[in-house]
Amino acid sequence: MLSMLMRRSALGLITVWLVSIIIFIGVEILPGDACTAFLEREAQGLLLENCRRDLGLDRPAWMRYGEWAANALSGNLGVSPDGQRQISELVGYRLRNTLLLASGAILCGIPLALFLGIVAALWRDRPFDIIVSTTAIAAMTIPEFVSATLLILIFSVWLGWVPGIVLTSSNAPLAEFFPEVLLPIAVLTLVMTAHILRTVRSSVIETLASDYAQMALLKGVPYWQMVFRHVLPNALLPTINVVALTIAWLLGGVVVIETVFNYPGLGRMMIDSISDRDLPVTQAIALIIASVYVGVNLLADLLTMVANPRLRTAHLRGK
Amino acid sequence: MAVTSTYRRAGPVQRFWGVIKDICSRPSGAIGLALVFAHIALALIGPFIVPYEYTAMNAAQMLSQPSAAHWLGTDHLGRDTLTRTLLGGREAILVTGIATPLAVLWGGLVGVFFGLVGGRVDDVLMRIVDAFLSLPWILKMLVLIVTFGTGIEVLIPTLAFFYGIPVIRIARAATHDVVARDFVQAARARGHGRFTIIWQELLPNVRDALLVEGAMRWSWMLLAFSSLSFLGFGVSPPTPDWGLMIADARGFMSFSPWGVIAPMIGLSSLIIGINLSADALAKALGIDRAQKAPV
Repeated sequence: MLSMLMRRSALGLITVWLVSIIIFIGVEILPGDACTAFLEREAQGLLLENCRRDLGLDRPAWMRYGEWAANALSGNLGVSPDGQRQISELVGYRLRNTLLLASGAILCGIPLALFLGIVAALWRDRPFDIIVSTTAIAAMTIPEFVSATLLILIFSVWLGWVPGIVLTSSNAPLAEFFPEVLLPIAVLTLVMTAHILRTVRSSVIETLASDYAQMALLKGVPYWQMVFRHVLPNALLPTINVVALTIAWLLGGVVVIETVFNYPGLGRMMIDSISDRDLPVTQAIALIIASVYVGVNLLADLLTMVANPRLRTAHLRGK
Repeated sequence: MAVTSTYRRAGPVQRFWGVIKDICSRPSGAIGLALVFAHIALALIGPFIVPYEYTAMNAAQMLSQPSAAHWLGTDHLGRDTLTRTLLGGREAILVTGIATPLAVLWGGLVGVFFGLVGGRVDDVLMRIVDAFLSLPWILKMLVLIVTFGTGIEVLIPTLAFFYGIPVIRIARAATHDVVARDFVQAARARGHGRFTIIWQELLPNVRDALLVEGAMRWSWMLLAFSSLSFLGFGVSPPTPDWGLMIADARGFMSFSPWGVIAPMIGLSSLIIGINLSADALAKALGIDRAQKAPV
């Protein structure tokens, strides 16, 4: 168990390390650097050379990578070339805003997906199931910016219930984001719920058809007791991984949704920083998102292992 | 599985029609396939049937409501919304239609090769694949697009490259299922080389999995392409494209909702069509794709 845990964590760390290299190489191949972006038209001759020397850009790439990685490990993400401000400070507020969005979607989405998925599975092929499943497929397949625009059109333009665009600045207190944040959360919840509930539904259906569930029913266990004691504990185990994947997707998927709603989060900052060639910020955001992705997946693997005795003792049985 | 094995014994042409028939026998598959073919046909004949030039502007009629002259109204430059919606999928179908086979091809070959070779090299490759998959797609694509520009000569290789990476995983997993079987061992014992084994023994067995994967990749690629257009990193104006049209018309939604609704219907119907077809294809070929990551 412990060795398994160590192995998984080590693999996760290796992945993050590879990601940092990919990010660094990716940003290296972008044309121009922080100095050409900062100096704009005056980026030539002595001015450019001085700027590069000040920021240490004249050193070889592997040295800069080492320095960047060492600083990132200690939480120092560097200084933005334009405002001479700490990137961790700039990114901090954006991260907080994105977390508000994500946690709202997770808190609404997971219970909703579990409930709808289980009910749809128990009432398989009845009208409720058909409606839920069809809506889920539509929500999963339609691009996020389309569903977001549709929700703005319905709830903001036609019904006028909630604002369709976020105007609060990025460092405002969280309370000021209401009610503007409701519609973005709704879009994220919709997509997330659709992904999770599909897995919950098929997993519950599969378990209902299993020998032990049928056996329990045949020996006279009441239906609901069979569902709660025999089916759900087994059926919900595989959904842990899907929840993790969906949360990880959430962090990337917010990019488009934040842009649609003009929401001052990490995703929109990433797009802005790439367009502006603000390389240190791009690197920082990419590293944060990738670490969260790896971390959430690792957590899900561990949770599954803790919850499933067969995986926990796999090494004892010589596998 | 019984269905699959009857196809396997038939010739390639018979098998193809058998699969098509199987897809059409499911209502969702028939609807999906019909939508996909309708969109492809529209992309081919679109320029000949549209009522206006897609660049034709009419300053007197900006953001007009649906009328006899303009069935779906006009956009903020007075261009006919119907014309632009009918043509709006051409670029997307062209780019994703070329990039999807490329992605499946390179990802599939790499995956099968490393699935066969295995060992340390395979472990290292999988770590790199994991690392790539843990970055949000939009970041990876944008770095290349910002570097090399936004033309289709950049978009096609970019999409093909990044969407081939998850295919490596699928192809590798499918190869692992086959590699230990007797006929591969037999081919090894006969002294066949690696590439002969890949070509004659492995590829025919992972082909179905790759086909289904390709169909799914197509819909995700379309999603990525239209999202990029929406964000302003895809098709450049004045080319009509659904993503771009939605982005342009969004600001005028309150007085001319058709400007966003029409391209939304176009894009959604194509993506839903591809998804329904892919699901039906998976069932027809007997591939289990219950566990699918939203990556």
